[in-house]
Amino acid sequence: MAKKTASARGKTPAKPGAKAPAKRAVKAPEAQSSNLYEGMIPVARLKDKDTYRHVVSLLVDNEAGVLARVIGMIAGRGYNIESLTVAEVDRERQLSRINIATSGTHQIIEQVKAQLGRLVPVHVVRDLTDDGPSVARELALVKVAGVGDKRVEALRIGDIFRANVVDSSTQSFVFEVVGNTDKVDAFIELMKPLGLVEVSRTGVAAIARGAAGIDKK
Amino acid sequence: MAAEALKAERGTETEELFVGARLILKALEEQGVEVVFGYPGGAVLPIYDELFKQNSIRHVLVRHEQGAVHAAEGYARSTGKVGCVLVTSGPGATNAVTGLTDALMDSIPLVCLTGQVPTHLIGNDAFQEADTVGITRPCTKHNYLVRDVNQLAKVIHEAFYVARSGRPGPVVVDLPKDVCMAMGTYTTAPRGINRQQHKTYRPKTKPDSSAVAAAVALMAGAKRPLFYTGGGVINSGPKASALLRELVRLTGFPITSTLMGLGAYPASGDKWLGMLGMHGTYEANLAMHGCDVMINIGARFDDRITGNLKFFSPDSKKIHVDIDASSINKNVIVDIPVIGDCAAVLEEMIALWKAKRYEADQKALKAWLRQIAQWQGRDCLHYEQHGKIIKPQYAIQRLYELTKKRETYITTEVGQHQMWAAQFYRFEQPNHWLTSGGLGTMGYGLPAAVGVQMAHPDALVVDIAGEASIMMNIQELSTAVQYRLPVKVFIINNQYMGMVRQWQELLHGSRYSESYSEALPDFVKLAEAFGCVGMRVQDPAEMDDTIKEMISIKRPVVCDVVVDQKENCFPMIPSGKAHNEMILGTSEKTGKAITGEGLALV
Ligand SMILES: Cc1ncc(C[n+]2csc(CCOP(=O)(O)OP(=O)(O)O)c2C)c(N)n1
Ligand SMILES: [Mg+2]
Repeated sequence: MAKKTASARGKTPAKPGAKAPAKRAVKAPEAQSSNLYEGMIPVARLKDKDTYRHVVSLLVDNEAGVLARVIGMIAGRGYNIESLTVAEVDRERQLSRINIATSGTHQIIEQVKAQLGRLVPVHVVRDLTDDGPSVARELALVKVAGVGDKRVEALRIGDIFRANVVDSSTQSFVFEVVGNTDKVDAFIELMKPLGLVEVSRTGVAAIARGAAGIDKK
Repeated sequence: MAAEALKAERGTETEELFVGARLILKALEEQGVEVVFGYPGGAVLPIYDELFKQNSIRHVLVRHEQGAVHAAEGYARSTGKVGCVLVTSGPGATNAVTGLTDALMDSIPLVCLTGQVPTHLIGNDAFQEADTVGITRPCTKHNYLVRDVNQLAKVIHEAFYVARSGRPGPVVVDLPKDVCMAMGTYTTAPRGINRQQHKTYRPKTKPDSSAVAAAVALMAGAKRPLFYTGGGVINSGPKASALLRELVRLTGFPITSTLMGLGAYPASGDKWLGMLGMHGTYEANLAMHGCDVMINIGARFDDRITGNLKFFSPDSKKIHVDIDASSINKNVIVDIPVIGDCAAVLEEMIALWKAKRYEADQKALKAWLRQIAQWQGRDCLHYEQHGKIIKPQYAIQRLYELTKKRETYITTEVGQHQMWAAQFYRFEQPNHWLTSGGLGTMGYGLPAAVGVQMAHPDALVVDIAGEASIMMNIQELSTAVQYRLPVKVFIINNQYMGMVRQWQELLHGSRYSESYSEALPDFVKLAEAFGCVGMRVQDPAEMDDTIKEMISIKRPVVCDVVVDQKENCFPMIPSGKAHNEMILGTSEKTGKAITGEGLALV
C-alpha cells in the first residue's frame, strides 16, 4: 500500500457522535524513538484524547479458563473489544495465540497491554499496531440471496474482491472473503442492497512482518 | 530447550505415593506454612483428616470463612509471609470472597485452598458446588482448579510463588475431593535459580537504570520536592523502609504517605507530614498540591488520595516507582515511570545520589520547608477534650501514649475511628498497622487482629473498632478465646455509623437515614458471654486507667469506649474536590459543634 495513504490514515480522531469505531491506526511516528526506556511513554502521547484502533496479540498457555481471564479482565475494566480470535498455535508447548482488536486512547491501550501482561498464563503481549509493521486478515462468510440482476451483480463484485463462492443455491450464494477489516467491511457494505442475509466473521488474525517471532526466538 | 527448562522448573519428583490430602500438607510444610486459618466441611474432610495426623502445621478454627481470610491477611501483613487459608466448597468459598477481594485490593499475599465437589460432579449443580474458579477469578491474582493428583504439589508451590512475587496478592487453589483422596507423587518446590523461573510469570524487580537516573536527576533539581509513599514500600519488606529513611535523610525532602504506607517512615521523623488524602493532614495535601517534583514510591494514585484528578498537583513533574506496570499511567499520567521493586529502586536511587554527589537546592528547599511549617502551624488535627464526654480522638491519642513503648500492632475496622486511628496513632515501624484500605471492609479488624496475635503471641494487638463494624465479625471473639489470643477490641462507640452520619450531615442535609446504631448489644455482657473480659468507659477522667487495665489483662478484652456521637473527622476533602479545597471543620480553638457555617473552605 502507498505510504501516503498509510500515514494519512494514521491518526483518526473519533468524531463526536460518529457511530463507527475509530479506523485502524498506523503507528504514530514519535512512538518508539522517544521511549527512552521500558515503560516510558511521552506525556503528550498519553494526553492525546484521540482514539486509535490497535491489534494486540498474546501468546498464552493453552489451559482451561485462559480466555475467560482475558475477556473478564477486559470487560471488568470496561475496555472495548472489537474482535477477538483464539486458537492453539503450538501443540507441543501448549500455547495459544489470542488476537484482540481494540480501540482507545494511547493511555487506554497502554493500560490494556499492562493489564494483560500481568495475567499469570500470558507469555507475551505484542502491540502489532505500535511495534512495527504487521499484516492483519480476517475471513468472512457472507450469505446473499437474490435473483436476476442482483444475483449477477453480487457475483461480479465477489470477483472484484476475490471472494470465493463456497455454497450456492438457485436463490443464494455464500461468499468467502478474506482481507483486512476494511476490505471485508467494504464487501459487506456492497452486498447490502444485493440481498445480504447474514454474515459470519472470524475477527482479526494478525502477525508482524519480518523474520522475528512474537516471542523473539 | 523448552523441554529441559520445563524439567528444571518442575522440581524433582519422588517415587513414593501419597494420598492427595497428604501431598497438600507436604507442600504447605515445604512452603514454610506454620498456621492455616480455616473452617471444615464435606469437601475438605480428607484434608482435615491429614491435619489431624500431623503436628507441624497449626490450624486456627475461625467462626466464619471471611474471618479466616482476614486473619490470614493480618498474619501476612505483620510477618511478611504468605498467609494460608483452608475452606470448604460452596458456601465456604463464597464466604471467603470478601476477604480475597480485600487482599487483592491491598496487595496481601495469600494462598486460599478451597474444597470442591469431586471432578465427575463439577458442573452438575452438586450439593455445595460453586464455580469457585469462576467466582474468584476477578478477585484473586490468579486461581487454579487441580484435576490431577500428580499436579497437586506443583500447583501449590506455584500458588505460593505467584502470591508473593511481584505485586503480591491472593491466590485460590480449588481442590476437588476425589483429587484429595487419590494417590499420587510429590514434587518438591523449584529451588535455587529455578525458584524464580516460572514459565510465564516473572515480574521485573530490578529497575531500568536509565529510569532511575532520570528520576534522581529530576529530584536533584527540585525546588519543592515531596515523597509520596504507599503500601508498596511495606510489601517490599523492612529493607525498603530502611532505605526510604536513608533517602529522606540524604535528600532532606519532606514525606507523606497513604493509609497503607504508614510506618514505612517514622511518624517521629522530622520530615514527616502525616498521612495525605481524603482525611489527610492540611500540610500533606497542600504540599501535594504545591510541589514541583513528586516522588511516588509504591503508591497508586488512588481516588482517596488524589481527590479531583483535574486539579491534582497541577505543577509537578511526577516520578512513579511501582512493581506493577499496570499501576503506571492508570489514573495519573507521570513523567518518569520506574518499574521495579521499591527496595531495589531505592537502593539504586541512594547509590546514584551519592555517586553523583547530588545535593538538594538548599535555598529552595529551606523556603519550601518553611512554607510547610507554616501549614503545619494550622494544627489541622486540633481537637479539645473538655467536659464529661470522651472525644474519640482523645481515646485514641491516650491509647497511643499508653502503648507506644510496647511492641504494639494496631488493626482497625472501617469508618471514622479508622481515620482517627491513622491520624492519632503514630507508627514508627512498618508492618505494625493493619487496615482495610482499598476495599474498606467493615469487619476486617478483629479477625486481622487474631491473625496478628497468632504470629506475635507476646505483642499487644489492638483492634480500634467502631460499634457498627465490630458487629460484622464479632463471632471471631470466640476464636480469640479458643486459642487464648489476648487481642484487645477498643470500640470507639459513637452509636452511629459515624462515617455515614458525617457524609449525611455534610452532603445530605443531616438526614440520618439508617445510620443510627439502634439496638446495640451491651458490649460488656457480650464480651463476657464469649468468655472475654468486658469493660466500659464513659468518663474522660477514667480513660487512662481503663486503657492501662485493658492492656494488663492477659486475655481477650472488649473495651467499650462511649464517645461523643457528633464528632466529625477532619480535615476532609469532599469527594470530587481538589486538595486545596479541604474542609478543616472545627472553628479553631473554640471547640464549637460543627455547623454549616463553621465549615471553612480552604
Ligand atoms: C462491609 C461494609 N459495608 C458497608 C460499608 C460502608 N461504611 C463505611 S463506614 C460505615 C460506618 C461504620 O460505622 P462504625 O463501625 O460505627 O464506625 P464509625 O464511623 O462510627 O467510627 C459504613 C456503613 C463498608 N465500608 N463496609
Ligand atoms: Mg460508630
